[in-house]
Amino acid sequence: MKQPLYLRILLHLAAILVAIVTLAPIVWLLLVSISTTEHLTTLPFEWIPDHLDLSNYRQLLSLADNSRGDLFLGALQNTMIVAFGATAVSLCVSVPAAWAFSRIRGRHASLLYVVVATYMLPPVALIVPLFALLNAFDLLNTKLGLVLVDCSIVMPFMTWLLKSNFDNLPHEIEEAAFVDGAGMLAVLRKVTLPMAKPALATAILFAILLLWDEFFYAFILTNDNRSQTLTVAIANLASGRVSDYGLLSAAGLLTALPPLIIGVLLQRALVSGLAQGGVKG
Amino acid sequence: MMIAPLAFGVLIIIGWPFLDTLWLSLTSAQLTQYTGPFVGLDNFVRAFHSPQVREALQTTIIFVAITVTAEVVLGVLIALLLDQPLYGRNVFRALLILPWALPTVVNAMSWRLIYNPDFGGLNALLTQIGLIDSYQSWIGSPSTALYAIAVADVWKTVPLVAMITLAALQGVSRELLEAARIDGASAWARFRVVTLPAILGPLTVAAVLRTIEGVKVFDLIWVMTRGGPVNSTKTMSIQVYQEAFANFRAGSGAAQGLLIVLVSMIMINVYIALLRRQASQ
Repeated sequence: MKQPLYLRILLHLAAILVAIVTLAPIVWLLLVSISTTEHLTTLPFEWIPDHLDLSNYRQLLSLADNSRGDLFLGALQNTMIVAFGATAVSLCVSVPAAWAFSRIRGRHASLLYVVVATYMLPPVALIVPLFALLNAFDLLNTKLGLVLVDCSIVMPFMTWLLKSNFDNLPHEIEEAAFVDGAGMLAVLRKVTLPMAKPALATAILFAILLLWDEFFYAFILTNDNRSQTLTVAIANLASGRVSDYGLLSAAGLLTALPPLIIGVLLQRALVSGLAQGGVKG
Repeated sequence: MMIAPLAFGVLIIIGWPFLDTLWLSLTSAQLTQYTGPFVGLDNFVRAFHSPQVREALQTTIIFVAITVTAEVVLGVLIALLLDQPLYGRNVFRALLILPWALPTVVNAMSWRLIYNPDFGGLNALLTQIGLIDSYQSWIGSPSTALYAIAVADVWKTVPLVAMITLAALQGVSRELLEAARIDGASAWARFRVVTLPAILGPLTVAAVLRTIEGVKVFDLIWVMTRGGPVNSTKTMSIQVYQEAFANFRAGSGAAQGLLIVLVSMIMINVYIALLRRQASQ
């Protein structure tokens, strides 16, 4: 059916409105990050700044000691270490488990759902004992402690995602390898994993996205810039009484950049991942 | 055997802390010593009688009700819009990934700057089009703060619901829609009878997921208002954090944390039941 012209125009206007609202907060950050405080507080507000002020970005990326950049880049490094560390540990644990859940049907099905349930638990249900546990092992305010705790988020999620993907791989080649006398680990490593490369990449990207976003555990279990992650650093800056909004926005945008890129890469996988369940909202 | 490492990991960093939280909730332990005499259900009785806990529970329920409803309704509307033949439809669809991928803390900070009473974009926009006379303190006033935060949450998650719905819409039979139209069914009747049944399953999963996430909301609110002004945005997670880590009452905090767990458990069970039904189909 051909839509009448007025309806087509109306639909396009609505779509453009949705696009503007979708982009607005990100564009606002960009605008604040390249504006001077004087420009921002001059009323009535001019939406297009008359000149580009990149000093905020320069400050954040400077390597001088005790500078803003030192703090920001330090937090960036902590986030990367924690995100990659927890992803790597979880991968080692989740791959064999997901494979077993996928190939040995029936017996362990309920166990799998217990695993899924655990990662939906509110973190406040675990935080006091985790705090005490890290304290007992002298791991409070360390990146290692955070890596271990963050595994509680990634392990269950990765197991579920990989299991759903392993389910879709053909079993015949694996069975042939078993018949030839290969052991379980050998089959997993030489037959299954090469076939599952795209699934592994997706799982890793999702895990990094989750960990990049993680705030609650990092906020409670760290207390200075030796192990503070980006989200905590930004939250502390944002909720303090700073007047340097430009710097804050620049830090926010730089922090958001890797997840935004990963998000675009994951577009396709996200929709199917959501359909299979296990992907956080 | 291959599940053992996962089972072990889950037991150590999720299972044990959870059991310990259960035990703690029955004691009057302090965060500093971490042990305390057994007090039975005293913490729960006191939580139920505490005006702060009641208020926090109420705030959480209001927050979840508003955000989940708005997200489902707007998500479906946007999905239906982007399912129409539009110029640049793929670009409109691709934009949806950005809010989803933006880290929550950055989202919170961005909206904090949009609501800023001195230079915020919302104030600038509304004054310039003449809707308000003077700049307002959107998150600084108890009557608007919770709604202002809800908007930030809705902005970030509507795209997710829209993406899920869009994917489901691809399974709607075009022939059936066309046949219904020829039979003279109104647009609303066609939506209710043909489209809705096809998207209801994924939409329910999305709504349940959003509820699970909404019940434990912490970072968004912490960065935007820290639960203020006058506790108007203090949800259960923030209440538990304050009880355990600011008042150092670990036992009482654990008990209050379990109240959120109770609500979450119900939703998690619904979610798992939905996943299992999907898996068996």
